Amino acid sequence: MIAPVAVPLFASAMMLVLGGDRRTLNATLNVASVVVLVAIAIALLRGADASPDGLLGVYRLGDWPAPFAIVLVVDRLTAMMLLLTSVLASATLIFSLARWHRVGAHFHSLFQLLLMGINGAFLTGDLFNLFVFFEVLLAASYGLALHGSGTVRVTTGMHYIIVNLVASLLFLIGVSLIYGVTGTLNMADLATRIPAIRAEDRALLEAGAAVLGIAFLTKAGMWPMCFWLPRTYAAAPPPVAALFAILTKVGVYIILRLWLLLFGDHAGASAHFGGELLLIGGMATIVFGAIGCLASQDMARLAAYSVLVSSGTVLSAIAMGPVDMTAGALYYLVSSTLGLAALFLLIELIERGREPGADLLAVTRELYGEEDELDDAKGTGIAIPASIAALGGAFICCTLVISGLPPLSGFVAKFALLTAALNSQPDSIPIAAWIFLVILILSGLATLIATTRAGIHALWASPDRAIPSVRLVEIIPIVALILLCAAQTLQAGPFMRYAQAAAGSLYTPHDYLRGVLGAENVIQNTRREPR
Amino acid sequence: MEIVLAIGIGVLVSSGVWLILRPRTFQVVIGLSLLSYAVNLFIIAMGRLKAEAAPILSAGGVGDPGRYADPLPQALVLTAIVISFATTALLLVVLIASRGLTGTDHVDGRELDR
Repeated sequence: MIAPVAVPLFASAMMLVLGGDRRTLNATLNVASVVVLVAIAIALLRGADASPDGLLGVYRLGDWPAPFAIVLVVDRLTAMMLLLTSVLASATLIFSLARWHRVGAHFHSLFQLLLMGINGAFLTGDLFNLFVFFEVLLAASYGLALHGSGTVRVTTGMHYIIVNLVASLLFLIGVSLIYGVTGTLNMADLATRIPAIRAEDRALLEAGAAVLGIAFLTKAGMWPMCFWLPRTYAAAPPPVAALFAILTKVGVYIILRLWLLLFGDHAGASAHFGGELLLIGGMATIVFGAIGCLASQDMARLAAYSVLVSSGTVLSAIAMGPVDMTAGALYYLVSSTLGLAALFLLIELIERGREPGADLLAVTRELYGEEDELDDAKGTGIAIPASIAALGGAFICCTLVISGLPPLSGFVAKFALLTAALNSQPDSIPIAAWIFLVILILSGLATLIATTRAGIHALWASPDRAIPSVRLVEIIPIVALILLCAAQTLQAGPFMRYAQAAAGSLYTPHDYLRGVLGAENVIQNTRREPR
Repeated sequence: MEIVLAIGIGVLVSSGVWLILRPRTFQVVIGLSLLSYAVNLFIIAMGRLKAEAAPILSAGGVGDPGRYADPLPQALVLTAIVISFATTALLLVVLIASRGLTGTDHVDGRELDR
């Protein structure tokens, strides 16, 4: 169970020891490590799904009993996120092997460290350990965001670093406030102690949780903490940006996990603390992202705003939801992350015809894309129409996934969300559900208009001649990601069942608490009367 | 002791917030450092202030936990200090790179027209 953290750590250490210049060797190590990670994640997923309470197990570091030491916990949600991360990582890694891993130093070791941080953040059951893993993934992401250098990348990278440092400080303030009130940092232990907090301490606890929430929501990109995101994602190297699509989901995951664990139905007076703000903020994020999509004039920024739409949708669905809604949100999370990653990779290929040098990429992307140089396949041999057709087809598929049109998984996801929203109460439909419905459908429309406009502009209406030289190794990951979306559609039934089970155990965390703390501790703690 | 520490943290935080809102990158770095000092002090304060108490249990018995300082916040502060030190160093490198590439130390990379 510790392997998803240990494997990337050892891989990156090996790469550093062997020397950052030996790219072939490093690339081999990286690929091997990612393949191992995918295999481990699949094994964990199967294990978690097969176990009766959805909890595969608890790994105690140093084998100390639970509230005193750090624990790693694997349940259905964690296993799903681990698999999503490793699949995304393998796709972006294969893509980057074509060219991008050569434009700067230490790409492979940073890549592995980023994976280690993400996996650790998904696995950990301890608040301060979560901070440490967050810092690991952020430090690696700083390096990757600057990968390839260039003025734009350095400037936006600097903004990214400063925003995240401030968010990390807020994280620390929140963690220490919570520790000061409850005297524990173990998430499961916290969940059992929160109902018994004295009334005069409750304000302090909620303040701590709110500060902590702001730190995570900054990372998840909730409006109004999201203004750093579009510029950074648009300027980052495409494979990195595709991997960053999961970074916002790390913030979303933590919100989902902590909010339902600490402030679920069982939390006494603090139950559903901050839910309304999360709902309003999520919806505002969708609106902001959709307007940003319509307003953006280059494709990388369009994709970055789509990231905002996606995380806003998930956040507001989490805030609204009973179990069905959260299950839909999980389905949507997976499908939109895959689709966005494919879109980020694809954009680089489509825009490649415009820019010859890697360093110029970021600069010209800031300008309005007047200089489309893609070929319209007239009398230039047989290979070019094939590559244009492949790019165009993949672009259409990405558009379908992101804007939520049939037949791909985006449609199923939105359908699940809307059904759950409208059926949440038996006799009447709450006003929040109506607003959510309108916003979700309009945001889909906005994304569709924006992507279609960008697609026509880049793929059809380009009279200039230039051959986008697309290598097989670059198109394969994109096709694989889209095929995964298609598979997610075909297997929607089993997948939704899994998501339902994951969401269900989030809402009734007794199995989680019992697994982490042991049965007798849970009973003892829940019996403790308010002093 | 509490009031001195509280005032100290307050002064550090307010100067830090003021500085990270300034337009020059160096001011931002100093502001972030001040904020991280304040946060470190705050973590210590959250473990309750206690004078002349060791965080380690004496040999031969558990005794009264009220006579000992809380060791956990001290461990947390150590980690937080290391991490904020490392990230500040990284940020400095980026600042210098940005200065070299844009020719100005403005956070947005360009001077405002006067």
